[in-house]
Amino acid sequence: MAGEKGLSKLYWLAIFLLPSLVGLSIFTIIPVLSSLALTMYEWDLLTSPQFVGLANFNRLIHDGGFWEALAHTLYFIVGYVPLVMIIALGVAVILNQRLKGVLFFRTAFFVPVVSAWVAVALMWKWIFNPKFGIFNYFLGLLNIQGPAWLFDPQWAMPAIIIASVWKDIGFVMVMFLAGLQGIPGDYYEAAAIDGANGWQRFFRITLPLLSPTTFFALIISLINSFQVFDQVWIMTGGGPGGATSVLVERIVKNAFSYSRMGYASALSWVLFLLVFTATIVQMRIQRYWVTYD
Amino acid sequence: MTEAPAGVQTIFARARTRPMSSLVTVIRQGLLYAILVVSALFMIVPFLWMLSTSLKADQYVLTMPPQFFPKPLTLRSYAKLAELFPIVRMFFNSLLVATLTTLGQLLTCSMAAYAFARMKFKGREVLFLVYLATLMIPFQVTITPLFILMRCLGWINTYQGLILPGVFSAFGTFLLRQSFATIPRELEEAAFMDGASHFTVYWRIILPLAKPALATLGVFSFMGSWNSFLWPLFVVRDVQLMTLPVGLATLHGQWLTEWNLVMAGTVITVLPMVAVYLLAQQYFVQGVLLSGIKG
Repeated sequence: MAGEKGLSKLYWLAIFLLPSLVGLSIFTIIPVLSSLALTMYEWDLLTSPQFVGLANFNRLIHDGGFWEALAHTLYFIVGYVPLVMIIALGVAVILNQRLKGVLFFRTAFFVPVVSAWVAVALMWKWIFNPKFGIFNYFLGLLNIQGPAWLFDPQWAMPAIIIASVWKDIGFVMVMFLAGLQGIPGDYYEAAAIDGANGWQRFFRITLPLLSPTTFFALIISLINSFQVFDQVWIMTGGGPGGATSVLVERIVKNAFSYSRMGYASALSWVLFLLVFTATIVQMRIQRYWVTYD
Repeated sequence: MTEAPAGVQTIFARARTRPMSSLVTVIRQGLLYAILVVSALFMIVPFLWMLSTSLKADQYVLTMPPQFFPKPLTLRSYAKLAELFPIVRMFFNSLLVATLTTLGQLLTCSMAAYAFARMKFKGREVLFLVYLATLMIPFQVTITPLFILMRCLGWINTYQGLILPGVFSAFGTFLLRQSFATIPRELEEAAFMDGASHFTVYWRIILPLAKPALATLGVFSFMGSWNSFLWPLFVVRDVQLMTLPVGLATLHGQWLTEWNLVMAGTVITVLPMVAVYLLAQQYFVQGVLLSGIKG
């Protein structure tokens, strides 16, 4: 009797767990492990794989293309993360007030978040068109001669950063709005009685009490921006002249165009290590600026 | 399906008021509105420009100064796109892939979540940790071996190659497990007394009580699949099997300067997702707040 019951329990467990477990193993867990093994091979998918030890990593250290892509990714992060965080915070603070039409504005900021990056990137590529795009047209109205944007090695990355900030303001805004809702109104009432003005209330109450949300949004923006790809691939393809090549674009080109499976895997593990390190560093320094109460 | 998690609804409902003298209030509100309107224009004008371009006849696309209101207004670029490019087929592909991926995730994730939240077995905690650990790995790490696996299976240029790798989600399992774990046990204990099987409890008790979490996972996996670019780019070369994002990239490559055609394609890609968002706003918000778990 007991054995039968145990058997039926195992039977149910298998039914519930196995589809997910088998699927996740085949499409995620085994590929992760194979990817780690692949870093030690050279394989073009035509001939049989060659074991090369750590040669892929050695090659990576001497690969100028990798260092450039890393520098461009960091450039993107340094431009994108502070901009998107500050603008989203400002918008969230304003939209947290009792204003007419707040729902409309919140929707306006969030629609880009649900739109496909490829469509948004094509739209911005057209907007940034040096001759017929509206960006330079509006700059012209202000008597500014706009650059060639995506065709100019100096201005291509700023253009990508502008488009990325535009797309993600709503995403970060929603996190800040949730954080702002969590701040009890009594704090503000007490501060108002003590005669604190709006800026004082913002810097002394809102910002410190919001710091866990800021931390959360920072980590997510950071992780996402290390993986920047779709917009770069569509808007510049890494150009002009390699001026916007980024890490994931290097992984894709090596795996896809050059059929270097081992080297692409090595690059992807470097990406993982970078994301992981950045997250750990943030976790470590959070206690100096994040207050939980 | 209408109830949303309480904390989420408040984000779109509650606002704070503060007593203040009326003149200051008016000036302050005016200033806030000015900032809001300018920034909202910055958000909306690009979309209007996209729409406007798609409604133009060929000769009015490349003009300076730009023509903001198309004259004549024409749907010709949509017709041309449908005629010269398999955009209808791509729309159907996207719909099929996103729907099946979503259904697959809801089914496999909820079943595994039931096992993790409601069944006791040896190694449960360790296995759950393995699930969590996979969330830290960026998708790009798995893409090379996955691509090789697809080639070995002969799944390049197939629907199963597009769909199956996206069906099994550790994030979805985690999200649903957290929700299932909050459901009181009394209900299912009574059901088990009456001789109900695990399947009955899962289907009749747990799933109906976890509708908001299922809806959140549903809209997020649909959006993820509909907008996904990197994986379809790897697994599909045949235009007949492309989903809309990869199709758009191909379209742009073919008609570099015919922006009215390209913008018609982007409108077709963006509009369905905007409709889904407007119908299910609160679940998108919930999904954003949970997205920290997904690396």
